[in-house]
Amino acid sequence: MSQLLNSSFTPTTTTLRRTSLTQPTSIRKCTQVQAKIREIFMPALSSTMTEGKIVNWIQSEGDKLSKGQSVVVVESDKADMEVETFYDGYLAAIMVDEGSVAPVGSAIALLAESEDEIPLAVSQAQKQGAGASAETPPPSDAGAVVTAPAPVAAPAAVKTAAGGGTGGTMSTHPASEGGKRVVASPYAKKLAKELNVDLSFVVGTGPLGRIVAKDVEAAVVAAAVGGGEKVSKESGVTGGVELGSVVPFTTMQGAVSKNMVESLGVPTFRVGYTITTDALDALYKKIKSKGVTMTALLAKATALALAKHPVVNSSCRDGKSFTYNSNINIAVAVAIEGGLITPVLQNADKVDIYSLSRKWKELVDKARAKQLQPQEYTTGTFTLSNLGMFGVDRFDAILPPGTGAIMAVGASVPTVVATKDGRIGMKNQMQVNVTADHRVIYGADLAQFLQTLAKIIEDPKDLTF
Amino acid sequence: MNSLISTSHISSSNYHAFESQTSLTVFRSSPSLWSLRFCGLRQEAVQFFQLKNRLVSGALKKRRHYVSAAASNGSPSKRKFDYDLVIIGAGVGGHGAALHAVEKGLKTAIIEGDVIGGTCVNRGCVPSKALLAVSGRMRELQDEHHMKALGIQVVSGAGYDRQAVADHASNLASKIRNNLTNSMKALGVDILTGFGSIVGPQKVKYGVDNVITAKDIIIATGSVPFVPKGIEVDGKTVVTSDHALKLEFVPDWIAIVGSGYIGLEFSDVYTALGSEVTFIEALDQLMPGFDPEISKLAQRVLINPRKIDYHTGVFASKITPAKDGKPVIIELIDAKTKELKETLEVDAALIATGRAPFTKGLGLENINVETQRGFVPVDERMRVLDAKGNMVPHVYCIGDANGKLMLAHAASAQGISVVEQVTGKDHVLNHLSVPAACFTHPEISMVGLTEPQAKEKAKKEKFKISVAKTSFKANTKALAENEGEGLAKLIYRPDTGEILGVHILGLHAADLIHEASNAMALGTGIQDIKFAVHAHPTLSEVLDELFKSAQVNVDERKPVAV
Repeated sequence: MSQLLNSSFTPTTTTLRRTSLTQPTSIRKCTQVQAKIREIFMPALSSTMTEGKIVNWIQSEGDKLSKGQSVVVVESDKADMEVETFYDGYLAAIMVDEGSVAPVGSAIALLAESEDEIPLAVSQAQKQGAGASAETPPPSDAGAVVTAPAPVAAPAAVKTAAGGGTGGTMSTHPASEGGKRVVASPYAKKLAKELNVDLSFVVGTGPLGRIVAKDVEAAVVAAAVGGGEKVSKESGVTGGVELGSVVPFTTMQGAVSKNMVESLGVPTFRVGYTITTDALDALYKKIKSKGVTMTALLAKATALALAKHPVVNSSCRDGKSFTYNSNINIAVAVAIEGGLITPVLQNADKVDIYSLSRKWKELVDKARAKQLQPQEYTTGTFTLSNLGMFGVDRFDAILPPGTGAIMAVGASVPTVVATKDGRIGMKNQMQVNVTADHRVIYGADLAQFLQTLAKIIEDPKDLTF
Repeated sequence: MNSLISTSHISSSNYHAFESQTSLTVFRSSPSLWSLRFCGLRQEAVQFFQLKNRLVSGALKKRRHYVSAAASNGSPSKRKFDYDLVIIGAGVGGHGAALHAVEKGLKTAIIEGDVIGGTCVNRGCVPSKALLAVSGRMRELQDEHHMKALGIQVVSGAGYDRQAVADHASNLASKIRNNLTNSMKALGVDILTGFGSIVGPQKVKYGVDNVITAKDIIIATGSVPFVPKGIEVDGKTVVTSDHALKLEFVPDWIAIVGSGYIGLEFSDVYTALGSEVTFIEALDQLMPGFDPEISKLAQRVLINPRKIDYHTGVFASKITPAKDGKPVIIELIDAKTKELKETLEVDAALIATGRAPFTKGLGLENINVETQRGFVPVDERMRVLDAKGNMVPHVYCIGDANGKLMLAHAASAQGISVVEQVTGKDHVLNHLSVPAACFTHPEISMVGLTEPQAKEKAKKEKFKISVAKTSFKANTKALAENEGEGLAKLIYRPDTGEILGVHILGLHAADLIHEASNAMALGTGIQDIKFAVHAHPTLSEVLDELFKSAQVNVDERKPVAV
């Protein structure tokens, strides 16, 4: 991997191989083997660099490049640096425009070996789409958003407006043409692009019903809802339901629905594990009086395990690269009135258990008061969903788009266990079930992660430092 | 600047701008580029104001006699004329000319139909600097990351009081206006109030019927904001820089038509005060007219990270002010196909498409002069040319009204040049050494040619050019301020060491440019200036490094110290 990060240009086939992983059965992401089209990656120009900005392309599309030639100027946190190609070929397609930002390791252009392959590379680039997070939405893009909402999206948006939504008056906006067009302020558009929000789903609350930044942020709250169990929750919320009636989605429901459908685009798989919690329960009893909560303990244990398995804390957004997230931020699903939100315990591996517990209490209070700031619920890198308190002994969570894995935690229940020495004993055990993105996280990764997690929980001395 | 104007993309537009949509393209992009700093003079064109001024000036007639009696400025040589020099328009150009004229012993009068100080002082560079001073501080205080990096905690966030900000701008304008007025009064320049016009050779009328004679006349009437047709300005939701500088409200969302100097500076102000901005630019890229590399960097620094989006390659063909609960509606048409592309609904629109000369009612027909798209035609010595291209004796035109280089300080320099000439010393202003600046955060400044212009010139005149660049990231002072973003760029002739152009984007760029512009004005080569010492640590070392990094193939002319 280090090789990947240090070299800017690496052939496609090796990009997703991780040397640490040797599980033979895992499905490799090597479907797009284009032997002679190479991806040009955002290089890591310094040890602290996580993303780079394209300052300018020295070469243009179609230019012939020879090994060692400067191709692009990249701005790192320290300086602007010229990046050279390691291969001869033609610069076939630029995928990240000047001024835009791409995470380290993501493809920023395609290099074709011969001139004939340029069209192939171009079509490949188009297929992969504007994957990198462009910092500025070029107006043409904004136009595309305005005029061509996804087929699924349009009716939903109209419905939302018709249903009153959250006080939105989108349909009355002179330019919205009854919801056919999206009117959003420049910053709202920028945010939507950054946060990956489809504006056609967002109800505007700004002047004359235009979408403003806070509407996009509100939509993210809704979209942050990750697990599948959450949808069912909503049906239970309504009190006096009129049976037989058709109820249009609220904004939040619309966003959840969209997110759930989107999650189908990610190939996930699940690995379960049974963990004995006697030691953890004992520890919890001991420090409960100091304000420590079980959620914080679980988050802490998970974070410590993630620290040893960074790949499980990674995320793949564009389908052609993935990011080793620099922080371990544990999002924990919390049911709130009218839906669900995932407040985030930032740097859970580094913060001590007492501070973490305090932080958690603060986040829950804020969540109930609907006062969470976007960075408090959108920055999770790994999600925890716990239904143990309802007596659920095992379940299965849906992976929130944009993250690598989610862990469903069941109740810890007294279980009769046969030990290796042939005895039978009573132990408290809980089942956890991790759902992960198989494009980046493979079976062996999860297995090793769960093994580590079980060790930590079964011998929890590290949790209290 | 003559040659800059004639070779540049910018300039051509100055002269073809006003009639059609096609010409508009060019116009929008370019004069607007210069315009915030176009601080020539302006007198109100509106009839109502003329009337009012005439009444006022009639009443002031007595006072004039008083003033002229008390005047201590030079007495006309042979008493053949009332004055040696009469300047029509008391903006920065007229003021500069008047001061220099008195210094040269000329009996001088200046005619102003509106307010002393003209556009620059009252509706241009001066009040805008007050707003930009606020925006700079707001920007800094709001930038948590920046503050944190310096170790500063801003406890409750930065806020502002709109009226107080607006007052700061208007107070600054009136202070500068008073300074200007007093400086002329102190020197004994006669300030004649009323709308001035030329009634015949060496004869000027002001107010209703006051006619005076002058040996020489300088026209310095400046310019007014240019509003393309189809755009309805109501002064409230659809405004020009004249209205916007009063900062009567801060819209949530404002569209700025034109991404030149005026537009850019206002985008800096509005985004700092919490507005979101949409730029509408007729050309294919934002900030045309800047050196391409600078405009690219400017986009990275001044546009992309801010709450700004933009539409390029489009005209605002129709703008309707907000009324009856409807927002401001802007119709955008494709610059090439003229097809309707999009309709925007915003809270306000600022028209920053450049400035048009203010030369109507000047009585130019009385001396057989025809304006060219409103501009008064002049030769390189600012002598006014008549319809046949012949020089009109004793009449000069400076500043925005001649359109050579629409900058306040250029007008003043032209005025001084004219005074030099009428006092017997030939003088031709080198427009290429006149610097220009845009006071965004960080600032942009430039002097001389852009790289494409220099390349074109080099090709034509068959010499080689080289480019040197330095970054603010390497400057100690800039890093101490945590403001390392920026670039200085030098375009020069390696064979002679001549500086052809310098472009700076970075902290205090507007103040830094003068080392380069002075070197150009004085003809100092890089081989000499590179030995000049700069205090350490200062931002000026950015230029020091720039000069030192240039590869010049000539030796210095003389030892630096003797």
